[in-house]
Amino acid sequence: MGLSAPGEHTTVSYVPESQEGWVATRLDFLVNWGRANSLWPMPFGTACCAIEFMATAASDFDLARFGMERMSFSPRQADVLICAGRVPFKLAPIIRRIWQQMPQPKWCISMGACASTGGMFDNYAVVQGIDTIIPVDVFVPGCPPRPEGLIYGIRMLQEKVMNERAADTRTRDEMEPDPSSQLYIPPSVIDELGEPFGNSVNQTRSAQ
Amino acid sequence: MRTFEVVRTGLLASTGHPATQRDVPHRGGEANPSAKALQDKFGWAIERSEVVWGETVVFVEPASVKQVIHWLHDDPSQRYDFLSDVTAVEYRDAEVPIEVVWHLRSLPYRRFLRIKSQIAKGQPLEIDSVYDIYRSADWLERECYDMFGIRFRGHPDLRRILMWESYKEGFPLRKDFPLRGRFSRSEQLRQALAQNPEARYSMEELSIADAFAELPEDMRRRLDKGERTGE
Repeated sequence: MGLSAPGEHTTVSYVPESQEGWVATRLDFLVNWGRANSLWPMPFGTACCAIEFMATAASDFDLARFGMERMSFSPRQADVLICAGRVPFKLAPIIRRIWQQMPQPKWCISMGACASTGGMFDNYAVVQGIDTIIPVDVFVPGCPPRPEGLIYGIRMLQEKVMNERAADTRTRDEMEPDPSSQLYIPPSVIDELGEPFGNSVNQTRSAQ
Repeated sequence: MRTFEVVRTGLLASTGHPATQRDVPHRGGEANPSAKALQDKFGWAIERSEVVWGETVVFVEPASVKQVIHWLHDDPSQRYDFLSDVTAVEYRDAEVPIEVVWHLRSLPYRRFLRIKSQIAKGQPLEIDSVYDIYRSADWLERECYDMFGIRFRGHPDLRRILMWESYKEGFPLRKDFPLRGRFSRSEQLRQALAQNPEARYSMEELSIADAFAELPEDMRRRLDKGERTGE
């Protein structure tokens, strides 16, 4: 009648000195709960994904339910950068500057195929994924993603925020690009990320 | 106050309402009367003219283009007062010359005329600017220079407009330009990130010379001292 056999007993090892105390974890929970439910987005809308972002913010889908009703058009008051749309190379230093102007803690959502990978714009002008410029927390696929997709990405980000620990300082490290090249990941990785894929494998870099 | 005179010509003159033409042939058809006038006036400079999809194309030899367009703009029987586009065409075939294209529109006569000029392959890509006839040529010619590398003689400020100014890979719409650019992705990104975004929107750019007198006092003073933002 819906009852199952009791599971086998397992033992859990617990080393008190390796764990954070009860107060610290409760405080983390409280802080993360507050942060996750009041993420102020900085909309960086460059293309059609921004229209879907506006639809997400409008009354039908109502981002205010997640504490995001306050669009922050100044990066200095924003928590999460939502890059919606393709980013050409000419915009690369601008989005990098906006990211650096945002105060910690900060997160980034890359919305749509173009922002995440360059999408169909595998050409001379478009950055092949904004994760080559700034660190990205959540990629939302789609061309453009429906508002449900973006909300799913936002929920994932909230989950990530809820699981952060104040004792873990790595999550708060500021990106430090290489001073000479301004890149923060190795050039070989960027070249690899920018390799053709899908139906464009027959294209070569040469003119012929 | 300026007054504008609208001259109604052709079939539409009786009704007064513009209408989309139907059944336009691919080649041939009624040519724009300006083509005949150009042939009479500048016969030595006109290479040929044709009508494609109801629109008249006049091929002019490169050295005379500015003179021809100047006449089209000034002559009271033509009055092409609106330059809607300057662009260029490069064909895949290596022997076919590069064409520079001007789209002219006459608002009083409701005429549209396309002027083309062919620069043979191997010749320097230079042609006269029409900036002193149409101010709208400013950004159009800059875009044409940015994408094709055609130098417009007499343009006051010929520099890139779409790509950033230190862009080193060439002219993207030329046929010998690879789709992904000449450099690797990391090199492209490195060069792009080396830009100073604030230097692109300098106060010099914002203070248009004509509007200088209307700028706030403090901004004029700072500009006089030669202050630069960025860089």
